[in-house]
Amino acid sequence: MVSAVEVRNISMAFGANQVLSGVDLTIDKGQTTALLGANGAGKSTLIKILSGVYSSFTGEILIDGKVVTIDSPTTAKSAGIETVHQRIDEGVIPGLTVAENLLFEKIVSGEIPRAVSLKTIVNEAEKIAEALDLNWNRSKLRNDVYELGIAEQQMLILARTLSRSPKLLILDEPTSALSVAESQNLFRFIKNLEAQGIAILYVSHKLSELEQIAKKLVVMRDGKIRNEQSAPFSWDLALKEMLGQQELGERDNFKQVQGTSVTLKLNNVQLFKESAPLNLEIKKKEVTGIIGLLGAGKTELAKVIYGADELISGSMDLEGQSYKPAHPADAVIKDIYLVPEDRAADSMIPNWSISHTATLPFMGDFSARGIIKKLAEGIRGKELVQDLKVVTTSHEAIVDSLSGGNQQKVIVGRWLQSKPKLMILDEPFRGVDIGARRDISKRVRDLAATDVAVLVLASDVDEILDVADRIIVLVEGKVVMDVKAGETSKDKIVNKMSEVA
Amino acid sequence: MNIGKLNATNGFDLRDFIVKYGFILVTVILFVWFASTEPTFRMQNTLFSMLKFTSVVAITGLGVTLTMVVGGLDLSVGAIAGLSVTLSAMTMVIYAQTGAVALVVVLLGGALVGLFNAFLIVVLKIPDLLATLATMFTIMGLKLVPVDGQSVSSGLILRDGSVAPGKFTPGFLLIDRAYLGPVPLPVAIFFFLAFVVWIFLTKTRWGRVMYAIGSNPEAARLAGVRVQRYRALAYALSGVFASIGGLILSSRIGQGDISAGNSLLLDAVAVSLVGTSVLGMARPNAWGTTLGAVLIGIVITGLTIKGFPYYAQDVVKGLVLLTALIFSFTLSRRKSRFVPAV
Repeated sequence: MVSAVEVRNISMAFGANQVLSGVDLTIDKGQTTALLGANGAGKSTLIKILSGVYSSFTGEILIDGKVVTIDSPTTAKSAGIETVHQRIDEGVIPGLTVAENLLFEKIVSGEIPRAVSLKTIVNEAEKIAEALDLNWNRSKLRNDVYELGIAEQQMLILARTLSRSPKLLILDEPTSALSVAESQNLFRFIKNLEAQGIAILYVSHKLSELEQIAKKLVVMRDGKIRNEQSAPFSWDLALKEMLGQQELGERDNFKQVQGTSVTLKLNNVQLFKESAPLNLEIKKKEVTGIIGLLGAGKTELAKVIYGADELISGSMDLEGQSYKPAHPADAVIKDIYLVPEDRAADSMIPNWSISHTATLPFMGDFSARGIIKKLAEGIRGKELVQDLKVVTTSHEAIVDSLSGGNQQKVIVGRWLQSKPKLMILDEPFRGVDIGARRDISKRVRDLAATDVAVLVLASDVDEILDVADRIIVLVEGKVVMDVKAGETSKDKIVNKMSEVA
Repeated sequence: MNIGKLNATNGFDLRDFIVKYGFILVTVILFVWFASTEPTFRMQNTLFSMLKFTSVVAITGLGVTLTMVVGGLDLSVGAIAGLSVTLSAMTMVIYAQTGAVALVVVLLGGALVGLFNAFLIVVLKIPDLLATLATMFTIMGLKLVPVDGQSVSSGLILRDGSVAPGKFTPGFLLIDRAYLGPVPLPVAIFFFLAFVVWIFLTKTRWGRVMYAIGSNPEAARLAGVRVQRYRALAYALSGVFASIGGLILSSRIGQGDISAGNSLLLDAVAVSLVGTSVLGMARPNAWGTTLGAVLIGIVITGLTIKGFPYYAQDVVKGLVLLTALIFSFTLSRRKSRFVPAV
């Protein structure tokens, strides 16, 4: 194999914090190299160096055997390195047509003259779409880019980066917003790029994807490369290197339990305007796992139960009594709590400490006549840090400065101070490293054991299998499977998930 | 992986220092300059009259600060203060009521306008800036209707040809003229309210929750906070604070001047924005607003004593605000999130 990009002895530090030390990496032409690592392992820093975001590193970057200087996103691009980031909505320009978005860089650079008819642009775009097998006809190219689905927007961003025929394409968790079918589509696209000789650096936490697409696997931990393998990979070895000291094999070791009495009953609840009514009983003393693709209605279900979204139709009973939350505050009073799916947008207050974040939902308990009890608040912060094993310098640390897994621990932990009746966790393991995921899973299972109903919603089968006693598959707002976790398998679940309703 | 750590090893960081202490330093330097060059500036009287002059802006600014904390901005405060002047004059001059009645009417009026703002913003979902802008125009015009567009003072000829029966009561006039020991009453009210707002924002659960709303309203809502109630509370309080400012103003002028309060809005918003930058807090806060008001008071008093023309004041106020904005947005690493979106 011929190397496209070589990285030699790259190190970087933020102050006293050494984030990369002596990284050597070879990325070969025409194949996909997978980059795996827990949060804080140095993956993002390495990507940011390659894409020109950070320039204060030491070491060399070689492209086609020649040393190049990469000190800005522009120099990275002209050296042939293109990066597609996780956030898709940051890559498209709303208000412009699909065609204009596709040719955006050429329009900006002046390669396409300023005053040109949409027709010319659409013609040009059509050629690109055809060359890439995108199957987009002219009327689609004339649409506003927002009419594309999220997967197609991602394809658009990919297609656009290809207009400069890059040597290396970096994909940072490209499937985080895609369904299984959409991901498969993306993989076909990637294979196509490989055939053209483009090197791909692929970052993801989803092992099944890496298994499917990568020829080479690189595992990072603590700013160093710990393990390099060629396919077929030993995942056991890769995970051991990735997690360091942590013991593997805890998985599936928990004892499956069966729920006792019903905590929450949903009667003919509609999650979408056109969807079939949903009937569901969520029991205490067990972890109910609901799995479904993006758009299956998981978040809608969580928000309806939590009173954050209006109920379209149907009713709910909480421990046999009618339950009609009009606001999240109504749910919290009844001891129903939610950990929302998007931490930064829906849970974290910028610049707030662990203690402050922890007490926000329970300010009444941490104040007397309105005055905040600082001492009690500090104690609560410390307890949370210990209880969830949050890795931090102190309970006064700013939550934004923690790693994703530790942020999630704080958000989960804050609801555990008062005993919930029903605890809902929406995608609790997204962007969370495996160590933190285990800690959170364990804590959540312990919680269920203390007579609490726990509802976990996720789109990753492994995540659900790791934590749930009962598994429910949701497709377009409808329950298509409802079984005990021990009585099913990954294959059966995936099968049901891809069922067309 | 915090970029901020890059500088932590350098020990002293000039940028951080300027962001944190720049404003306090400027205040002290100006004060020393005025005090050393102008003997009259040093007198206790001048100091107190400066603070007294500043108190209306400061108190109104404290209300604006509360709305900024929940991520909004009340543009109707100047108009509310103006309304208070007219309302107090009408109560005492036209309806011949006591000063105490006027006081109650004014405070109720301020609270009502504040609640009306809250209604526009919370129930009708109009963006904060636009809603309060509409309120501002509406009440600036509306207050002129019952007084036929005239300033209200004793001896006013009413629509039916009779002479207005009442006058500003001596008690009411005392609001601006009385002293608590050596301290003028408006200054005492100003510092008392600053203290109360400080306690409210930093020591109570309500203040804490309001900051959460200003930083991330959705996260606050999903933590079980009734966001809209707090926003309504902030606007109601802002209305009350503006009407307290209006009371002092009315007592100072001693008549229902219809143009009173017109320049107050910009000053009150300016001191709140200046306050946001003080100590590099990057968030609206009570002592920041207080310091901002005192700074502007010092500058204006100083320049007046030094004989600068009156229009120099606006230039200086503009420059002070601009400097504060540069501190908050350009130099500060903690980007302020408390900027309302239209």
